[in-house]
Amino acid sequence: MSRPGGSVDEKEVNQNGHPGGHLSVFSDTHAAALSTEIRLLSAFKKDTETRKVYLAGREYYSEKGKTFELRLVGKIKQQISADPTLHPEYPSSLGLVEFIRQATQVALGRNSRTIAENRVFGVQTPGFNAAVRLGAELLKHWYDVSAAWCGPVYLSVPCDDSLASIFQAAGIPDIRQYYYWDEEQRGVCLEKLLADLERAPERSVVVLSASAHYPTGADFSQDQWAVITQLIMRRRLFPFLLLPAQALCYGDLERDAWPVQYCASQGIEVLCAQSFSHCFGLYGEAVGHLLCVLKHSSFLLSMQSQADKIVRSLWAQPSAGGARVVATVLSNSAHLVEWQGEVKRIVKRCMLIRAVLREKLRLLGTPGCWDHLTQQGGLFCCTGLNGQQVEFLSNCRHVYLLPSGCVNVSAINSRNLDYIAESIRLALTTSL
Amino acid sequence: MSVFSEVPQAAPVAVFKLTQDFTNDQFPKKVNLGVGAYRTDEGQPWVLPVVKKVEKIIVHDDRLNHEYLPILGLPEFRSSASKIALGDNSPAIQENRVGAVQCLGGTGALKMGAEFLRRFYNGDNNTKTPVYVSAPTWENHNAVFSNAGFEDVRPYKYWDGEKRGLDLAGFLGDLESCPERSIFVLHACAHNPTGTDPTQEQWKQIAEVMMRRKLFVFFDSAYQGFASGSLEKDAWAVRYFVSMGFEMFCAQSFSKNFGLYNERVGNLTVVARDADNLKRILSQMEKIVRTTWSNPPSQGARIVAITLNTPELFSEWKDNVKTMADRVLLMRAQLKAKLQSLGTPGTWEHITDQIGMFSFTGLNPKQVEYMVKEKHIYLMASGRINMCGLTTKNIDYVAESIHEAVTKQCQDFTMQTKAVHVGRPRIIKRIKSLFHYCS
Repeated sequence: MSRPGGSVDEKEVNQNGHPGGHLSVFSDTHAAALSTEIRLLSAFKKDTETRKVYLAGREYYSEKGKTFELRLVGKIKQQISADPTLHPEYPSSLGLVEFIRQATQVALGRNSRTIAENRVFGVQTPGFNAAVRLGAELLKHWYDVSAAWCGPVYLSVPCDDSLASIFQAAGIPDIRQYYYWDEEQRGVCLEKLLADLERAPERSVVVLSASAHYPTGADFSQDQWAVITQLIMRRRLFPFLLLPAQALCYGDLERDAWPVQYCASQGIEVLCAQSFSHCFGLYGEAVGHLLCVLKHSSFLLSMQSQADKIVRSLWAQPSAGGARVVATVLSNSAHLVEWQGEVKRIVKRCMLIRAVLREKLRLLGTPGCWDHLTQQGGLFCCTGLNGQQVEFLSNCRHVYLLPSGCVNVSAINSRNLDYIAESIRLALTTSL
Repeated sequence: MSVFSEVPQAAPVAVFKLTQDFTNDQFPKKVNLGVGAYRTDEGQPWVLPVVKKVEKIIVHDDRLNHEYLPILGLPEFRSSASKIALGDNSPAIQENRVGAVQCLGGTGALKMGAEFLRRFYNGDNNTKTPVYVSAPTWENHNAVFSNAGFEDVRPYKYWDGEKRGLDLAGFLGDLESCPERSIFVLHACAHNPTGTDPTQEQWKQIAEVMMRRKLFVFFDSAYQGFASGSLEKDAWAVRYFVSMGFEMFCAQSFSKNFGLYNERVGNLTVVARDADNLKRILSQMEKIVRTTWSNPPSQGARIVAITLNTPELFSEWKDNVKTMADRVLLMRAQLKAKLQSLGTPGTWEHITDQIGMFSFTGLNPKQVEYMVKEKHIYLMASGRINMCGLTTKNIDYVAESIHEAVTKQCQDFTMQTKAVHVGRPRIIKRIKSLFHYCS
């Protein structure tokens, strides 16, 4: 075989003697900077230490250390594959009707007035980021009919680092931040957050985590939500709520979505991005949903038609598989009960890990207060370790945290708990 | 007040509206010749037997992990999908300059390619680079490229309505006169909606001009295997361009040839100048993917990967594909024969000359309206029909209806042999003046 590029050159010369150009048309394309997670994971994979632990993953890990499929989901998948009535057709751009109905109900509550008043629509999307992207595109095109709206969009500090790029990819360049996690309080600092939002221009979009904030795990209380929504209404801001791991906070889909219901009950227009990957163990299936709550039913058809149009230029139609599983479970009361049992087990395990870790750290005499570990919920929690300490953990102890000091608690298990707790203690006590 | 109160209603997509109208129609002999999905002779969607088999394998395999797929998709899917397009022995693959991105169907693949090109082709964020799509083309091509930010999406001459064939001179003319470095979206085979592909000799001419004028090649390959029944034959154009040394994209869809419409299985194959360029391109693709969908869905990709990588299953799949392609060829032959035996005015050679799922019948808007309203046979206003909608049970009714539409809609049938392409003012005017004489 000729050397790389060699055969190409020969052919080029043969073509009318005029080469297509030696340089690639992409020779100026720079390699993209690796995202934090990819760099971290790659470093972890190269690490040869046997005791290495990766605490920065996105999925829920079982006690055995593997992402797994809920038993019920496995059964449902088998049923679906044996179903002779299911046909290979293009689904609607908006997705599976039954899935949308269920996803909407678990966000707003089955008896929600907004549903009865027909001023809500949903779109099935290929995953959570896709739901955010669709919402961003809807805002970009239709938030201000008179002019192309370019923001600003406010994101919490810290937040999922792909959020900013999603809004920018949708054509919204003006991304700003609001204060969220407070190192000292080891929780949300409401005053500073309110101060930032008070200064936000009217019509700004504010991205708020409805539950199980990524990556800190710190959420607002119901009282805090009341205060925040007051401000939102007064300052005419638009809330875009995130539910990336719905059900993993309280083990209950509807309970985790309380903030969405609350905003809707206040008569606020809301976009909400949901994901069912975690609570159904359907990571590979990209099951997401964008919910849109409007002020009035007369806008529903137009907004829905515009969402449809945008979807067609993004991915045309979502994939059916995962959505079908979710719809099947949620619409069947027997399945629902069985599934809820499995989810509650996951959530209990996470809560147990938090409690055990906190106790372990205390027993080791680790400096600092660790109450926040059990005050938060969901998959993630913020340890409060700073950048240097996080680096110490990965370089010297082979324990990998997100740069913000946040960890995925489900990756902690009986085999690595002691090592992790000891490592945290060392990070805080070793003079660096 | 709602921030969305001024939002206008978007126009419905013609082909889906057609299907909706068909669904609502109560007429017992109604026929849907609109949307592009395969149907069996019983008029039913078809789950390929090999797909059923592989689905069972997947569902019962406990070892499959359930993690997120890598952002670029399932590796074994990407490589086998690219191999299918480029050929097992493709020198480009052996030279390590071929990569791929798993996408949400063919649309997703076009979208990723478009987003990448808008950012990195012909300068940074050059939204003014013209993007050429064939006249006519699949209507979503326009939307995908303009929504990716390209400001100048234009048609290139393709279909000659009078000749009922490829307007090669017009096509080559556009290639010669367009701005250098323009992007051209080419249909790899089974052109949608005309069913008319360039011959090998014609492709060679097209390639020569594109190479000389530094135009960017972006293939849309949604029907590989489905058009002629042969994977290799249907990939000839793509492989030829690769052998000519082009850097190019090929958006592949496995919706039709695997019947996986609802699993959204697509692949953007990237043929780069060398391995280093490929690496940098894919790194940027990852970033773009992450802002559109975080990770692609695994089910469909797994089915395709297992099928393509397992010899017995691969053979079985090729047979399944041939079954579909053969049925279409049979319907084409039968439709033409029936129209000829009915003595329907005009020539109908194009029914069997054209290839793939669709046929541009040459019916004009009035005749199409007749078909839809009077005969409850649903086809696109352009006269495009989906051959898969024809069955041994409805083909007589369809042939007779076409016969009626052609003979009733205009007495002067010698003029009628000139096909009409919607959107061509000169021809429309002429037909309008004919109707004046007819009524």
